[in-house]
Amino acid sequence: MSTDAAPIVPAASLIPAGVPFPEAAKVALGMPQLRRNLAHATGTIRAKRANVAGELDDWEALRDAAAAIKADVQHRLPELALAFERNATAAGATVHWARDAAEANAIAARIVREAGAEEVVKVKSMATQEIELNEHFEAEGLKAYETDLAELIVQLAEDKPSHILVPAIHYNRTEIRDIFAQRMGDAPVGLTDDPAALAEAARLHLRRRFLSAKVAVSGANFAVAETGSLVVVESEGNGRMCLTMPETLISVVGIEKLLPTFGDLEVFMQLLPRSSTGERMNPYTSVWTGAREGDGPRDVHVILLDNGRTGVLADEVGRQALSCIRCSACLNVCPVYERTGGHAYGHVYPGPIGAILAPQLEPGRHDDLPYASSLCGACYEVCPVKINIPEVLVHLRQQGPHEPAEKAVMGAAKAVMARPRLWRTALRAARLGSMPWRRKGYLRRLPWPLSKTALAKWTASRDVPVPPEEDFRTWWKERQR
Amino acid sequence: MSPAMRRVGLFITCVNDALYPRTPKAVVAVLERLGYEVDFPAAQTCCGQMHANSGYKRDAAALAEDFERVFGGYDAIVTPSGSCAAMARDQYPHLTGSDIGERVHELSEFLIDVAGVEDVGARFPHTVTYHPTCHGTRALGLGDKPLRLLRAVGGIELVDLPAADQCCGFGGTFAVKNGEVSSAMLVDKCRNAADTGAEYLAAADNSCLTHIGGGITRSGGPTPIHYAEILASTA
Repeated sequence: MSTDAAPIVPAASLIPAGVPFPEAAKVALGMPQLRRNLAHATGTIRAKRANVAGELDDWEALRDAAAAIKADVQHRLPELALAFERNATAAGATVHWARDAAEANAIAARIVREAGAEEVVKVKSMATQEIELNEHFEAEGLKAYETDLAELIVQLAEDKPSHILVPAIHYNRTEIRDIFAQRMGDAPVGLTDDPAALAEAARLHLRRRFLSAKVAVSGANFAVAETGSLVVVESEGNGRMCLTMPETLISVVGIEKLLPTFGDLEVFMQLLPRSSTGERMNPYTSVWTGAREGDGPRDVHVILLDNGRTGVLADEVGRQALSCIRCSACLNVCPVYERTGGHAYGHVYPGPIGAILAPQLEPGRHDDLPYASSLCGACYEVCPVKINIPEVLVHLRQQGPHEPAEKAVMGAAKAVMARPRLWRTALRAARLGSMPWRRKGYLRRLPWPLSKTALAKWTASRDVPVPPEEDFRTWWKERQR
Repeated sequence: MSPAMRRVGLFITCVNDALYPRTPKAVVAVLERLGYEVDFPAAQTCCGQMHANSGYKRDAAALAEDFERVFGGYDAIVTPSGSCAAMARDQYPHLTGSDIGERVHELSEFLIDVAGVEDVGARFPHTVTYHPTCHGTRALGLGDKPLRLLRAVGGIELVDLPAADQCCGFGGTFAVKNGEVSSAMLVDKCRNAADTGAEYLAAADNSCLTHIGGGITRSGGPTPIHYAEILASTA
């Protein structure tokens, strides 16, 4: 295969940014290759997860335990955050506090400069995606290199991740081959789309970066308050390289990642791999506590990040979103995500969890996302920490603004439904009004004036049943005689 | 069983009130066949689900209070809708603090858990595929209860629906607000239903069946039917 294959078009650039979800989704739905890639990938992970979760007799008990630990963390977050700072500091780490993305990025950039570096290698991290650390570094003249295979693909394509765990889920291997061949710079000549060949090309490319990097940036899956330890869970070993080889390590950690004790990891290390990649055991689990001479980085920094989290914590129903361990099981089972992909959500956290997290982290924005769900509940069913996503979706719908036209329809419906006689009259009127179409039984289009309302959207893809001649009430009354 | 439990209040739901009288008629037939006395309080309208799930909490709470007034006197309330039963059980406690939902039974729950029967003496010599609707299955935890009732029906031939646990894409106002995504889900559901070659597609919620049926009249496939109507059949 030559390198002059198809030009690289970042998938995210095809989805209009800053438009409401239904509009963005419509564009995504019109991309057949994207839908095929998504259906294939989510279907595969979904089956793997179901298989390995089903193996454990105590799966439900583990979920309950995880939910209880997370609820406990949320109830005493300040105490645990301070304990973490104390214990990590005592072990030789430097702990920083960042109220928002700007503070976190500024702290990270300062540490990189103080280390005399201009580039960093990165472990896959949602927190740094959330604060757009790479973009901030770029603007500051620093360069951040992603080392997770999928993040590397996305970065080379100048695209955006479309999935929390599998950021390049929207690409198939042929598209990945094209990206490597055209953008990697040192891709082998004649690179094929054989997965092993692609992985080897990435491995050689990244090895050079690991060996030269002075600074690494990571997130953390867990932060243990009792010991001041951070934990990174990854599959490729690139994280292990980043966490052990450079002299300086900067970890950006959302405050909700805290766990009270080291023992709590027992619960999450069973739930996370099974829920995310469908593996029984995680391949590379790195745990580090401060800095140690002759063992890994000597200059260890932890940036504890709020960035809207304390606001979420203040909402008694919504705060359960902070229990999320970013496993993505909810994305993989979501019928909406499966059809639109992540870019349509317009936020770093897509899918069901994004639909409840994004509008809470950035109040007043993403008001459309809580409606990007049929409330089917598949997400809640698989969530390893039992976040009742449908409950939070409905809760957020209750907070958000409502369109005036919809408000009027809902108000009218309620007014009729609250008056049984009026309700019966309305139903009778509907039966009489639909007489002309009775014989056919259904309508292809709504009659005027209904055809001029939002209800007309129903008939874009479905017919409307015609009310029957006789209703249940008449039948009931007659047989009572 | 206590004598009071022989008398049940029937909540037909607003969708059936407006569009599908045959479904509550079927529920009456099944319950009376099993010796229950069915009562239909005429002041009933809607459980408030559309308002609650669309974010109109106050309107939903008012309708929940109406429901409590109409059905408060019954020890058992039976409804042929998984999602309306789930509304009462899951959401009323948050909306009005009412626990009346504990006495609201989706038909299959009532038949299996309260009445203790699986064979209701029905006969329906047709091929049927069953779609487990989301709220019934996940929110209410119906499991395979409707299917167990269907398996006991004489002459029926049940065919598995591929990807049965996938949402049909209805979701109340979701079908309009996110019409394109909803339609994409519907297309897959209709195709899977048609691929079974069954004569009928049965489910526990006529709202989902309205959506699926509205697609099937365009693309072809099995005739939608509420499973209560199959249980009522003695053909």
